[in-house]
Amino acid sequence: MGNENIISVNNPILSVRNLTVAYDHVPAVKDVTVDFKKNSVTAIMGPSGCGKSTLLRAFNRMHELYENIETTGTILMGDVDIMKMPTIKVRRRMGMVFQRPNPFPTMSIYDNVISGYKLNGIPLKKSDKDEIVERSLSDVALWDEVKDSLNKKGTFLSGGQQQRLCIARALAFNPEIILLDEPTSALDPIATSKIEDLVVKLKENYTIIMVTHNMSQAARISDYSLFMYLGELVEYNKTKIMFTNPKDRRTEEYLTGKFG
Amino acid sequence: MENKNILMQADHSRSRLMKEKAFLWIVVFFSVITISPIILIIWRLIQKGIHQLSFSFLSKTTPDAFEAMTAVAAGERIPGGIVNGITGTLLMVALAAIIAIPTGLISGIYLYENPGKRLANLIRNVADILQGVPSIVLGLISYLWVVRYVTQGFSALAGSVALSIMMLPMIVRSTEETLKMIPITIKEAALALGVPYHKVILRVLIPTSFSGLSTGILLGISRIIGETAPLMLTALGSTAINWDITKPTSAIPLLVWEFYNNPYMVDMIWTSSLLLMIIVLSFNLMSKQIGTKRK
Repeated sequence: MGNENIISVNNPILSVRNLTVAYDHVPAVKDVTVDFKKNSVTAIMGPSGCGKSTLLRAFNRMHELYENIETTGTILMGDVDIMKMPTIKVRRRMGMVFQRPNPFPTMSIYDNVISGYKLNGIPLKKSDKDEIVERSLSDVALWDEVKDSLNKKGTFLSGGQQQRLCIARALAFNPEIILLDEPTSALDPIATSKIEDLVVKLKENYTIIMVTHNMSQAARISDYSLFMYLGELVEYNKTKIMFTNPKDRRTEEYLTGKFG
Repeated sequence: MENKNILMQADHSRSRLMKEKAFLWIVVFFSVITISPIILIIWRLIQKGIHQLSFSFLSKTTPDAFEAMTAVAAGERIPGGIVNGITGTLLMVALAAIIAIPTGLISGIYLYENPGKRLANLIRNVADILQGVPSIVLGLISYLWVVRYVTQGFSALAGSVALSIMMLPMIVRSTEETLKMIPITIKEAALALGVPYHKVILRVLIPTSFSGLSTGILLGISRIIGETAPLMLTALGSTAINWDITKPTSAIPLLVWEFYNNPYMVDMIWTSSLLLMIIVLSFNLMSKQIGTKRK
């Protein structure tokens, strides 16, 4: 790799090669090349407008919802280029959780968890449904809190519970990768710490890539960190190394709070 | 010095209280003026129409002029009823809804999904213009299209076409506005689960905005139920119950107009209007009810 501030990892689950995303000919992500390690938590950091959300959304091609976008480069998952896969397939292999909790307001808690199957018209036996709902809600430590009110609307829960429900909804589909787009920015500190604990636990079975603007959160829970600035990937390293010994001056200035 | 200050403050607040009171009374006065027409209308209709209201009024067809004349001369209640109008209104409004609802919903969804596109702007502007077209003109158009070429005679279908054109822009715009109120994150949630686009619309956006969409539709229906002018040129009217969409058909507002023109049936105007009013009001209330449930 050209940039020595960007490490390479063994056994990557997702390999991004020369990815450039432009809105109306203005690049938001510039020539990013990076590998993500399986069963780890990678934090994408950077000041507002640095392209971190665009990068994350490019992984499951949610960025294509915007108009006038141009994307070049490849994103390999195993040896398939997800840029050439149908978006529906890509998105079924990667779960996504957003800034604000967004359970489907018309659905019960139960239906929200299996909404991926329901909305895609994938038939399930009742016993399979029950099992998926219990497993997914247990994985996000929500089962005990909601097991007696599964028929209540998802929006009936508190903000933190809703966000965990949204994570459960993503897990129900058995994705390989979970993309989190600032998942705690709308939550209070207690709900935040619950989500953080959850993320650490989930990496046993999933690979997690999360955007965060909260540096201490990245330091607490991520194994790898990625620092972006003005659309460029500036530095990528193990979190411990990056936070103690940043190689690039811009990373250091960001981490020490000189800008951001 | 301090005392004077307090006194001044007291004076000040007294005049302010007076002003506030005066303002309150002005607001109440004008509010009463605003709502009084509807109360007066309903009261008058009940007062003049209630004595004609009976089971036969709702189950029999309109009397002929001779029957009405004899009854009036004998000082009796006018025989017959307006069931031909009730069924006609039902038929034509249902048919108009069948035409306008799918078309309006689909156009509204298109506007919501492609807000900046040229075609979308065109549709939106046309819908706005259509909303301002006088209803008699829509009747005329339907006469030219349907009465002359499709059914070759006055027909319920022609009436429904005119009514559906009236209803269409309301549904288009209310669909667009309702969909706009759904947070974009709900749509993103569905798309991120790999749900195909058409299913996102059918199974997430429409159910989520269901109450808003039905409010729009019910308001559209209540708007066209009372329309008279376009029906005069298209459905014409009929003294018998008619379920054939290619034949002339009556409607409650058409009957009101016919009763007005017949000196022996004038009494029936009030009861028909009362019935029409009750139907329209209940549609309005229904849409309000659904609208508040959402919040």
